Amino acid sequence: MSAISRRFANPLRRRKETAIDAIDDPTRAHDELVYASQLQLTWLKFKRHRLAMIGMWGIVALYLMMAFNGFLSPTTPDARTELTYASPNRIHFFRDGSIDPFVYGYELKADPLTMTRAVVQDRSQEFDVSFFARGPEYELLGFIPTTIHLFQAAEGGQIFLFGTDSLGRDLFSRILSGSTISLSIGLVGVIISFVLGAVIGGFSGFYGGAFDTVTQRLIEFLIVIPTIPLWLALSAAIPAGWSALQVYFAITIILSVVGWTGMARVVRGKLLQVREEDFVLDAQLAGASDWRIVVVHMLPAFASYLIVQLTLAIPAIILAETALSFLGLGLRPPIVSWGVLIQDAQNVQSILLYPWLLIPGGFVALTVLCFSFFGDGLRDAADPYKN
Amino acid sequence: MGAYVARRFLYMLILLALSTVVAFAIIVLPPGDYLTSYVSQLEAQGGEVTDSQIAALRAAYGLGQPEYVQYQRWMTGLLTEGDLGRSFAWSAPVAEVIWSRLPMTLLISLGATLLVYLVAIPIGIYSAIRQYSPGDYVVSFIGFIGLAIPNFLLGLVVLLLFNRWFGISVGGLYSSDMQSAPWSWAKFFDLLAHLPVPMIVIGFGGAATIIRVMRATLLDELEKPYVETARAKGVSEWRLVLKYPVRVALNPIVSTIGWLLPVMFSGEVVTAIVLNLPTIGPVLLQSLVTEDMFLASGILLVLTTLTIVGTFISDIVLTWVDPRIRMEGR
Repeated sequence: MSAISRRFANPLRRRKETAIDAIDDPTRAHDELVYASQLQLTWLKFKRHRLAMIGMWGIVALYLMMAFNGFLSPTTPDARTELTYASPNRIHFFRDGSIDPFVYGYELKADPLTMTRAVVQDRSQEFDVSFFARGPEYELLGFIPTTIHLFQAAEGGQIFLFGTDSLGRDLFSRILSGSTISLSIGLVGVIISFVLGAVIGGFSGFYGGAFDTVTQRLIEFLIVIPTIPLWLALSAAIPAGWSALQVYFAITIILSVVGWTGMARVVRGKLLQVREEDFVLDAQLAGASDWRIVVVHMLPAFASYLIVQLTLAIPAIILAETALSFLGLGLRPPIVSWGVLIQDAQNVQSILLYPWLLIPGGFVALTVLCFSFFGDGLRDAADPYKN
Repeated sequence: MGAYVARRFLYMLILLALSTVVAFAIIVLPPGDYLTSYVSQLEAQGGEVTDSQIAALRAAYGLGQPEYVQYQRWMTGLLTEGDLGRSFAWSAPVAEVIWSRLPMTLLISLGATLLVYLVAIPIGIYSAIRQYSPGDYVVSFIGFIGLAIPNFLLGLVVLLLFNRWFGISVGGLYSSDMQSAPWSWAKFFDLLAHLPVPMIVIGFGGAATIIRVMRATLLDELEKPYVETARAKGVSEWRLVLKYPVRVALNPIVSTIGWLLPVMFSGEVVTAIVLNLPTIGPVLLQSLVTEDMFLASGILLVLTTLTIVGTFISDIVLTWVDPRIRMEGR
């Protein structure tokens, strides 16, 4: 058989086989496909998308990390030590050929040339590492006081998996603690954008007319303004005396000022499209109220599409918070977020000397990547017109 | 066609008017009025400010009057003399400060935009016609990274790597010995050598988006029956792809120039701060930190104006690319 005929023959033969299989044996798999609900079909399609599955598990892992951040981190995020800018050390699992975890110690060394002190690893000191050990007190899940940590070094030793910052605080613990803010701000921001966008876009799409025209022009205008300068200017107006929680919500709302526009466009566009469907006319003839038609009949028709848009909007908000905080106009210390942490890496000198200060940025990129993969897969899976 | 252009032009004027309102809101928004910070700054410099001077300043800026009167004054100054107010920190008119930095900002942002199109469109086409090839996977992967890494982080990483690998500093736009030298060919080439890094850093995210859009729309287009027909008639593959599907797929890209420009200006602002470029970005940040609100609002207004004008131009270009719009109303 020539190469060409083989290329054409193979798919044909395979198709025939499956068809025969289906006739001979009305398999359960076939029934499942025919009677599967929309949700099940979506899930079946989604499962085949490998990157999307990776993204999904990545997101699950990140949020679990956020929930158990106190347990996973060896110390509290604000605990200072005299070991400033200590480089990361790692846990060595084997000692003398057997499993016996330990870390090397740190020592402060004065550099006679530059007259500065530097923290260097001291290979002569070894500290045992124990798991599920007692350490500083914290509240598990925010309300269960406990002292059990995943890992702890023996008295006198330190485990700085990601090194320390200018005040000798453990960057690993700070990143874990910062995840609470950085991972939640995306969700909160998306919810605010969604409520604004759905209400405004919904009215605009359902009633049309002058309200629609004005809203559309307003949205187009908001999209034209360069976002970062606008956000910066708005954040600069946040009074310095506000509490951490107030600043957090103010920043979230500022980010939503632009975020809702995209959502409103999507809702409006879909409403306009679905409004023309026959089932809407049916419902109107049956005497259903406007509200009932929108919520009971129209919303389910494009809910999956909205969920996809929401997923894809989360990373944008996380990135925006990071950029604002990095520039010093978003969240401010003592709040710990990934953006606040990268502030320490603002000047070239510090990243050249202490490159581990960039690690929080890696977490931002990882989170955004997971959400993008997940959202992309969800979009493909939720589209009923795609195979 | 003429009516269409006229309508878009009118629409552009409305957007410009709206943007002055936003810019003015930026001035009025912060708590306390800007005169207070000006006076405290004058006093910090050792100058004595008498009550009558303050009163004169208040009158000059129309403070204490309702906001719409202040807006009216500000607009009058803007329209008649191009006066955007005075920067307290720079002790100079805002327009002057912006002018000194604008050419470089434009050069970098527009250069980056051009670079994005030049690089992203061919790559997008390649990715679509060689779908699922190793090259397509590599491009998609880099594209995802481009979307995931914020500009400033990319800037920092580039700084770090260039320093580690080549031992050179890529910050700024000139070498240290060229910084204050008068313009010459040597300085010009020095500038050229420094431009690519910021342009790449700014354009990375935008390029990733365009590659994805280009690839997706072209893939949709390549499935259409007319492509099959042309292929059946024996049109060469290159001609086939470039003549029709690519032209159609370019449409959404041209029509979203207006969305790309704000992204590029945003990226420029952040990247310039990280890479220490002599553009508008660092000035904007500084003005916001020191509450020099006239300068901040002036910069926001200029950037928004540039985007609005850019969108207008892209609308006109779109009529040239897409006959459906050109023929509208005929």
